[in-house]
Amino acid sequence: MSEQLNFGQAHNLALTEAMEADEKVIVLGEDVGDEQGGGVFKTMYGLSGKFGTDRVRSTAIAEQSIMGAAVGAAIAGYRPVADIMFMNFLTVAMDQLVNHAAKLRFMSGGQTGVPLHVMTTTGTGRQFGGQHSDWLESWFAHVPGLTIVTASNPADAKGLILSCIESDNPTIFIQHLAMMRVKGPMPEPGYRVPLGKAAVLTEGTDLTIVSYGRQVLDCLAVADRLKDDVSIEVIDLRTIAPFDKETVLNSVSKTKRAIVMHEAVKEFGVGAEISSVIHEALFDSLKAPVERVGSKFSPVPFNPSLEKDWTAGEAELEIAIKNVMGRS
Amino acid sequence: MKKQKLSNDVLVDIYRRTQKIYQTDVKFRSMISSGDLAIVYYSARGQEVVSAAMMAALEKSDYLVTIYRGIHDQIAKGVPLKPLMAEYAGKVTGTCRGKGGPMHITHPESGVMVTTGIVGSGIPIASGLGLASQLSGDGRVTVTCFGDGATNIGAFHEGVNMASLWNLPVIFLCQNNLYGEHTKFEYTSNTETVAERGAAYGIRSVRVNGNDPVEMYQAAREAADHARAGKGPTLIEAMTFRFNGHVFGDPGGYIPKEEMAAAKKADPVPLLRQNLLDSGVKEAMLDEIDAEIEVEVEEAAKFALESGDPDMRENQIDVYDYEVSA
Repeated sequence: MSEQLNFGQAHNLALTEAMEADEKVIVLGEDVGDEQGGGVFKTMYGLSGKFGTDRVRSTAIAEQSIMGAAVGAAIAGYRPVADIMFMNFLTVAMDQLVNHAAKLRFMSGGQTGVPLHVMTTTGTGRQFGGQHSDWLESWFAHVPGLTIVTASNPADAKGLILSCIESDNPTIFIQHLAMMRVKGPMPEPGYRVPLGKAAVLTEGTDLTIVSYGRQVLDCLAVADRLKDDVSIEVIDLRTIAPFDKETVLNSVSKTKRAIVMHEAVKEFGVGAEISSVIHEALFDSLKAPVERVGSKFSPVPFNPSLEKDWTAGEAELEIAIKNVMGRS
Repeated sequence: MKKQKLSNDVLVDIYRRTQKIYQTDVKFRSMISSGDLAIVYYSARGQEVVSAAMMAALEKSDYLVTIYRGIHDQIAKGVPLKPLMAEYAGKVTGTCRGKGGPMHITHPESGVMVTTGIVGSGIPIASGLGLASQLSGDGRVTVTCFGDGATNIGAFHEGVNMASLWNLPVIFLCQNNLYGEHTKFEYTSNTETVAERGAAYGIRSVRVNGNDPVEMYQAAREAADHARAGKGPTLIEAMTFRFNGHVFGDPGGYIPKEEMAAAKKADPVPLLRQNLLDSGVKEAMLDEIDAEIEVEVEEAAKFALESGDPDMRENQIDVYDYEVSA
């Protein structure tokens, strides 16, 4: 078997390469220094030892100042990586991210860009409960100026994180918590995944399923299980926003059926936007309305059975496929 | 703090900046009142000397982060009047091509990095600018201006704590005009002063009469020297007053008449002029400065009003570093 790496190692490798290549890359966040463990998931372990605690700074538990300092350093020419332990904690830093990072380029007429990168984790499967598990990507996708990214495999994680850090726009990489130790093939040195480009993982002719993050694995499993009955094209968005309309619309033009699946709750989610874009462009040729698969509209529960029931998975996807395919 | 005497050069420098702020502010209010300009305007009338003395102690390359009531800070820091007034008017010739407006003036050439409309938000950003200077060793000092109303929001505490902890070259200039929007500071804080809060973060803190050019300049100079020498940040609480309420047009019913009368009696602009005359600066020289600025303000106002609107394509530019589709 070829060399493998997990998501956590992918983070570490990407950050190491980025910091080696550009001394303007710095890291700010809670517990990021080696003395504090190199991040709560140890994804940053070794960075402060290698690059020093000036560039890899453990901060107070104060997300507004982490994000605000990242904004300030970014407009002064640095490429700060703001590590926000859990995605729910981004709500504490909303003002800096939404009112400042996202808008300063525009409001300054292009004089001050904000090349900061946010690393964060979330997702169900580890029973972190209601305040540490939400997928809030649609909150940020709704903000002009931000780029939101996630990966379904470690190689993409590494390639996307590097592209994010090198981007002149503010970017957010969301890591699924339960996938941190999931392994995959090691990418070639220097591997990059371009932002804004989706990947077509399986080619199909009957149905397009658009997804991202962990649910891509559900899509692949179901597509494989149903392959004798339904020819499914699975698209991994990778960049959630702004998303790759061209790849999605090209695929649905061919298959004429589509499902969008994500872990975030279905209501007002990314699926609604993608579904609308498909309907607006291809309504006349669709064989069925676009279906959305998302998690249940409640806070994320703690009990493991409840948590599993809450999370959008293969069962919900299969129902959606039946609905879409049963139309014609 | 032992009060020192300022050289006439410094006093004239402060005077020039003050006059420019004063006359521009008067002009903006007259343009709004006459209907030539329809903008929401946060007048800095009454706070001119605080900024003039602060910025006179800084270099052009030093950074400024200010707020929606920022006209005095922007002018004192050196943003040229033509693009500044044009941006207030939303024109394509403005500092931000009309895309930022009065609450979001940016002009890196003059060191103006951010003007924010969100109370307190500039404070952590200033710490980040200070962090960049500390890392790069560029010798810059960052000053961030905010009102007393900003000192109760979390961003103030987080940003000041970070700068103090990391010894960042930042000056936190609280222009205490006694009111946050329409509410007196004493109704929002159980400490009498902002400066005393500095002790909680271990930051060097001073409280001065911001309307006194000598006291204000001295505090600014010391804070700038301190920061530039790598000794860390300072919190300056500069006592001042705003003559036109929160937003221009605010009838100010919440301000006791006696308080307003006393503040106007101590108007820092005529006092500064008297101060210079007492220091032996010739009146003719001050008249000449006033006249020069009058011409500059008139020309800038004309430029702002006569400039064109931005192209509608601007809505697709600078959202990202690439153009978005319409």
